[in-house]
Amino acid sequence: MIEIKNLYKSFGDNDVITDVSFEIEKGDVFGIIGQSGAGKSTLLRCINGLEPYNSGSITIDGKEVSSLSKEELRRQQKDMGMIFQNFNLMNRLNVYDNVALPLKFWGQNPKDPQNDKRIKELLELVGLSDKAKARPRELSGGQKQRVAIARALVMNPSILLCDEATSALDPKITQGILALLMKIHEEMGITIIVVTHQMEVVKQICNKTVFLKNGKIVAKGKPEELFVSSNEDVRDFVGDNSDILPETGANIQLFFTKDNAKGHTITSLAHDLNIDFDICQGKLENFRGSIMGSLIINVEEKDKKAVLKYLDDIGVEWEEVVNNA
Amino acid sequence: MLNAMIKATQGTMYMVFASTFFSVILGFIPAIVLVLTAEDGLKPNKVVYRVLDFIINTFRSFPFIILIVLIIPFTRMVAGTSLGATACIVPLTVSAIPFVARVIETALRGVDPGLIEAARSFGASDFQIIFRVYLKEAVPGIISGITLTMISLVGYSAMGGAVGAGGLGDVAIRRGYQAYNITYLIVTSIILIVFVQVVQSIGNWIFNKLS
Repeated sequence: MIEIKNLYKSFGDNDVITDVSFEIEKGDVFGIIGQSGAGKSTLLRCINGLEPYNSGSITIDGKEVSSLSKEELRRQQKDMGMIFQNFNLMNRLNVYDNVALPLKFWGQNPKDPQNDKRIKELLELVGLSDKAKARPRELSGGQKQRVAIARALVMNPSILLCDEATSALDPKITQGILALLMKIHEEMGITIIVVTHQMEVVKQICNKTVFLKNGKIVAKGKPEELFVSSNEDVRDFVGDNSDILPETGANIQLFFTKDNAKGHTITSLAHDLNIDFDICQGKLENFRGSIMGSLIINVEEKDKKAVLKYLDDIGVEWEEVVNNA
Repeated sequence: MLNAMIKATQGTMYMVFASTFFSVILGFIPAIVLVLTAEDGLKPNKVVYRVLDFIINTFRSFPFIILIVLIIPFTRMVAGTSLGATACIVPLTVSAIPFVARVIETALRGVDPGLIEAARSFGASDFQIIFRVYLKEAVPGIISGITLTMISLVGYSAMGGAVGAGGLGDVAIRRGYQAYNITYLIVTSIILIVFVQVVQSIGNWIFNKLS
């Protein structure tokens, strides 16, 4: 378990992380999301011990990262594999040797049958068995990231850190990498911490998330809670387009969560109250396989009260959206 | 004439290869120290970096012909004499060390910082990062640097005549220019051109092979 308490970090006068606290349980796929410069990557580096922090605490299984000796920190890092936005592979080593590199750092001979088997199994897992002798420059971006994933797993870590791992990849390749991460999570039970600015990534693989803005946590919880009935900062990030909503009547946003996503809320609303309304905006999203979404409807002012009461009665969460234009 | 030419070519090659060899070995150390102590290095240290940087710049600014004379006592100490080809290797090496340090430093700096970070994230020690990451990745750059060093040493070695080191430059000046024998000038020039071309081609070939 990773526990972060009242963490502060600055580069000179520039505060990068301000009073951040959260916990990551063993087996979580934890998302740290926010815009560029929000302090996400720095936070990840603090967890890994690559960056020192000014105050507060990060404990991993009860051990404070900042008080580890150099040797203890190295051992801790061995237990945390890391992948990066730009893959960071050695250009002069082939795929096999890149995966073997951490073994060499730990004084192990990659040619040992046990290690050799491990490397080959990992290449199999990431689907690159046939590329073992290829150089990174012969590979596509997605393949490079797969090599990096195999490399990160070679020491059998219990935590995998992903720093914008899909940000340099196109959407289709991103899907493949996310599927691979989920497969690894399921097969190895590894804890995964994902730093990203891509909402898609968090939605698809994370079970918990924190939203960082200017180094502060502005929202935390399950991704479905965060993005469906979101707060202002998150909405802003996701792209709020309330300015295209009608200016007359009332705009009501309905939130569909796991429990009520399948009901015929909209049609029964029209039937039961015998009113007309416009559907202005809607989105359904897939959170780790469960469908959730939101819909904005525009009702006449006179019907508003009845509609809201109806929604309360059937237990659908709602929020009135005002056109800010 | 043929004999004189063969002897001079051998002399030049001897001086160039020997001084390249020693300057590369000795230039490696300051290069690594510079990269380590730079602001974004593994062990940032402003004082060490600036002092070394200053020393390297100072040595690089001496004209070679003056350096030869200035370090005569040192040359005598190392080579036992201040005259001849072997003695000339000393100033050639001394003048090339800061040059080598700079080209190797540049090659090492060309290594993607992301690689260093990745290695650190896997728990690599500083020593391992230098040898398994920096040097490993920078090999092609270092090879081009060494090629460059060797070619500029061909030029410097021509001044070796001043201390009786012989070599192609010496032949060109004494027999070609001073004795006004244009054939010597032309032949030595052609040999030097061919030599430089060959060194550069081999350097490029190794670079391509390794990168």
